[in-house]
Amino acid sequence: MYAFEIETPSTVQDAVAALKSEGAQALGGGHTLIPTLKSRLAAPEKLVALSGIDEIKGVRMGDDSRLCIGGGTTHATVAAEAAGHYPGLARLASLIGDPAVRNRGTIGGSLANNDPSACYPAGTLASGATIVTNAREIAADDFFQGMFTTALDEGEIITEVKFPIPEKSFYAKMLQPASRFPLTAVFVAKFADGVRVAVTGASESGVFRWAEAEAALSSDFSKAAVDALSAPPADGMIGDIHGTPEYRAHLVKVMTGRAVENAA
Amino acid sequence: MPDGGIGAPTKRREDLRFLTGKGRYTDDINLRGQSYCVFVRSQVAHGRIVSIDTSKAAAMPGVIQVFTGDDFAEVGSIPCGWQIHDRKGEPMLEPAHPVLARGKVRYVGDAYAAVVAETEAQARDAAEAVEAEIEELPAVIDMVKAVSDKSNLVHDEIGSNLCYDWGFVEENREATAKAIDEAYHVTTLELVNNRLIPNAMEPRVAVGDYDETNDHSTLHTTSQNPHVIRLLMGAFVLGIPEHKLRVVAPDVGGGFGSKIFHYAEEAFVTFAAKQIKRPVKWTSTRSEAFMTDAHGRDHVTKIELALDNEGHFLALRTNTYANMGAYLSTFSTSVPTYLHGTLMAGNYKTPHIYVNVKAVFTNTVPVDAYRGAGRPEATFQLERVIDKAAREMGIDPIEIRRRNFIQPDEFPYQTPVAVSYDTGNYQATMDKLIEIADLDGFEERRAASAARGKLRGLGVNCYIEACGIAPSNLVGQLGARAGLYESATVRVNATGGLVVMTGSHSHGQGHETAFPQVIASMIGIDPSMVEIVHGDTANTPMGMGTYGSRSLAVGGSAMVKATEKIIAKAKKIAAHILEASDQDIELKDGMFTVKGTDKSKAWGDITLAAYVPHNYPLESLEPGLEETAFYDPSNFTYPAGAYACEVEVDPETGQVEIASFAAADDFGNIINPLIVSGQVHGGIGQGIGQALLEQAVYDDNGQLLSGSYMDYAMPRASDVPSYVVDHSCQTPCTHNPLGVKGCGEAGAIGSPPAVVNAVIDALHRGGHTHVSHINMPLSPSRVWAAMQKS
Ligand SMILES: Cc1cc2nc3c(=O)[nH]c(=O)nc-3n(C[C@H](O)[C@H](O)[C@H](O)COP(=O)(O)OP(=O)(O)OC[C@H]3O[C@@H](n4cnc5c(N)ncnc54)[C@H](O)[C@@H]3O)c2cc1C
Repeated sequence: MYAFEIETPSTVQDAVAALKSEGAQALGGGHTLIPTLKSRLAAPEKLVALSGIDEIKGVRMGDDSRLCIGGGTTHATVAAEAAGHYPGLARLASLIGDPAVRNRGTIGGSLANNDPSACYPAGTLASGATIVTNAREIAADDFFQGMFTTALDEGEIITEVKFPIPEKSFYAKMLQPASRFPLTAVFVAKFADGVRVAVTGASESGVFRWAEAEAALSSDFSKAAVDALSAPPADGMIGDIHGTPEYRAHLVKVMTGRAVENAA
Repeated sequence: MPDGGIGAPTKRREDLRFLTGKGRYTDDINLRGQSYCVFVRSQVAHGRIVSIDTSKAAAMPGVIQVFTGDDFAEVGSIPCGWQIHDRKGEPMLEPAHPVLARGKVRYVGDAYAAVVAETEAQARDAAEAVEAEIEELPAVIDMVKAVSDKSNLVHDEIGSNLCYDWGFVEENREATAKAIDEAYHVTTLELVNNRLIPNAMEPRVAVGDYDETNDHSTLHTTSQNPHVIRLLMGAFVLGIPEHKLRVVAPDVGGGFGSKIFHYAEEAFVTFAAKQIKRPVKWTSTRSEAFMTDAHGRDHVTKIELALDNEGHFLALRTNTYANMGAYLSTFSTSVPTYLHGTLMAGNYKTPHIYVNVKAVFTNTVPVDAYRGAGRPEATFQLERVIDKAAREMGIDPIEIRRRNFIQPDEFPYQTPVAVSYDTGNYQATMDKLIEIADLDGFEERRAASAARGKLRGLGVNCYIEACGIAPSNLVGQLGARAGLYESATVRVNATGGLVVMTGSHSHGQGHETAFPQVIASMIGIDPSMVEIVHGDTANTPMGMGTYGSRSLAVGGSAMVKATEKIIAKAKKIAAHILEASDQDIELKDGMFTVKGTDKSKAWGDITLAAYVPHNYPLESLEPGLEETAFYDPSNFTYPAGAYACEVEVDPETGQVEIASFAAADDFGNIINPLIVSGQVHGGIGQGIGQALLEQAVYDDNGQLLSGSYMDYAMPRASDVPSYVVDHSCQTPCTHNPLGVKGCGEAGAIGSPPAVVNAVIDALHRGGHTHVSHINMPLSPSRVWAAMQKS
């Protein structure tokens, strides 16, 4: 780790101001950023800790029946408090990492980081959620722009994420054996007007929607409908020591089938 | 008989301090005036050092001194402890292993400079300021290619990447070939024994100290064998005589072999402390541990088993490429040879066996002993090829093994690979296994799995290992550069308590609990009256340390011998006081009694008399009660057993789950069954890790792809089942006083083939009959890929 300064604002306004200084970076739960700092792979001059900002924490039902989760809300809180409203999403949160990770890591940090194998991007994209920042609202379909890349501007803070609640949903996660991040995971959300299927862990371009599955499931929400599809092309899928592109492409189909089977 | 003696399942007394955070590990040692060291490590696998500029680093705040290889020009090479002679009788190629790389860097992590500074952060900052020009060379990674490639050498000065080409037993070569050529059936299997990273919970640490007033050096280090480190580092590297060098290995948080070896960092801190006349501390980061701890296994093997038409084994031939990494680590050369070739007979009567091993230098971190060391590699290939042979010949895998077992009345059994097994009963452990694993119920469990869409498979195998390492005269003939005896000093205090100073080292084995149980039984006192001192060359007799499941069999035997001397002397004292002949004195339940009388004295009366010799035969007996014994075993010990694993394979994803695991082991006599079970559990956990999860991967450029827990998969609690273990089959070792064989490595040796056999069985039962082998780890991706081919 290199030396850095730290600020601990208690309002979004102060945090935004603090982030304006040269070399400043937001710190959420730190479960991505701190390991990066420890191995000296990043050298921010100043960290602006978001953990003291109460206005970006918590889970509540919005007036428009969307589930609103503060950008600084931990995975553990979502797992516990979203369960009654949006069980599929709560389950996703409950499957992230281990208790230490869930008690510190935040939804805002996860989305801002947009790791190609992270869980939240799948839930967010499949839900057609809206990412709210200190400056604007961004639709999930516009937010994720490839591995570790998002629509966020420098110093922009995710303050809230608004999730439309599907009739049925499920998150099927195949574990990468070492990190226990998804090797490939699929979030399926069935809405009255159609089905959305988002895949994480598989593609070199990060989270994506599997259009063929969405079309098939929108007319017939059954595992048989998935079985009838061929797996997406292996081209562009991640290949590493844990799985070939072909295997990941295959898993997309298997996990989609399982998500549909278990959707509730 | 007091409670808690031999055979008692006593809880480990040392766990109280380990579990309450009161352990004292090397990193807990902080000396006055201590400085901190950070190594500058190569980021390329192979490169020529053109220049190293330390001037910027030296000028950084807090920097005391920056060292490079040139500072070690007068210092010796890190030695290899075992010289192998090749098939032609020529000695192995043995390149220099400098403390800091000179001329070339040879693996990612090879240190070519080191910064010593006031704080660790300052040292780390300055280490980044060391400027080196390193001309990158192509990396030597593929062992098979490396052997014939003379144009790209890891060590230019030795002219080859082949360390040795070893034949064992060379005289068996022809006869084995003939038997294979003429056999009714030959089963061939090519396999990889995957490279593993040890991952001890405590990373390595070394603190060097130097006392100018008496020219005395001290090294505190995470070691399994402080005396060995003192000998190797003192005599071969730094030229410090033993009386001027103390090595302390306090509580050590796991080793699994990786802390046997003498590492360059130990020599560095000891040397640097003397140079700067201040203590120097190095604490490995976890990333450094991945890169620089000696790795394990890494064999590429082709094995052939010849059988007659009834499945009797006729001959066995195995050809292995064994990765040495970039330098020869302390015991690296012995692992694929004498710890591997000697075990190829397994539990079976195979008349002809020939083993060929080519040890190869590559641009990877050195490879050396890791829990089991050579024996897992032997067991895996043998038990896999037997399983394949059984399938090819349509013989039940248990039956084919039984047909070839060495029978209980055939011991001692001389194998064709040098070793002679003293005792065993392989039918008994197999019978026990069938019972405890409930193999009769398998079909029902398989059907239940199938109903849930899972393919269930059963894998069974045997293992034998050579432990209690080792007769010094024998290993001397085989090239060991050390003896492998063990020592103990037993000191009885005036009030009757005992302290055992042992050359064995405990880093998770539970010696502090088990050793006192032995003495408690011998004297008839409570084990709480005995304490163990270990880990410090200043207060323990010269010992060879702990590895190869040798502590109880060899170290414990030394302790028994010393305690026998104590008892003999104590009887003389008792005889004097009780006015009887010492021949007539009996010691039982802590009481010395004159045979056939009610005249007796308590243990404490006699120990007091030894130190307050008022009524004492001073003319014929020295006062005091302290004895030392060295014990050199006359043979290896041969623990053996039979293991069964059931797995469930998800046919859609290839995910393997261990459904059950049972182990029937014969460890001879058992001192503490609770500790033994724990050792077996841990060993099986590591074996399951190897079979399903763990894998050190270097890419073609020699970059370590599995350099953190994000990519190196360690087994977790959820990956392992509740084990069923049994050690009631006991054929006591015939040549050590305790009749014990050793249990520390069995689990890691015996379990990988059981897991793989089970997965192959599951796939066959699921109709994937084309799959004859999958290389470890059997990750979902690999299992799925195997199922796709047809
Ligand atoms: C052992 C382990 C296992 C894990 N397993 C999983 C898993 O299974 N699935 C999974 O999805 N993740 C997993 N993670 C990652 C974990 O969920 C992280 O917590 C998460 O990715 C990042 O969230 P954070 O709050 O910790 O962010 P930080 O690490 O603090 O920050 C990450 C990045 O986001 C930025 N940032 C943080 N908060 C905000 C905000 N509100 N607005 C804008 N930018 C912000 C930071 O500047 C930084 O660039 C694991 C992590 C660990 C250590």
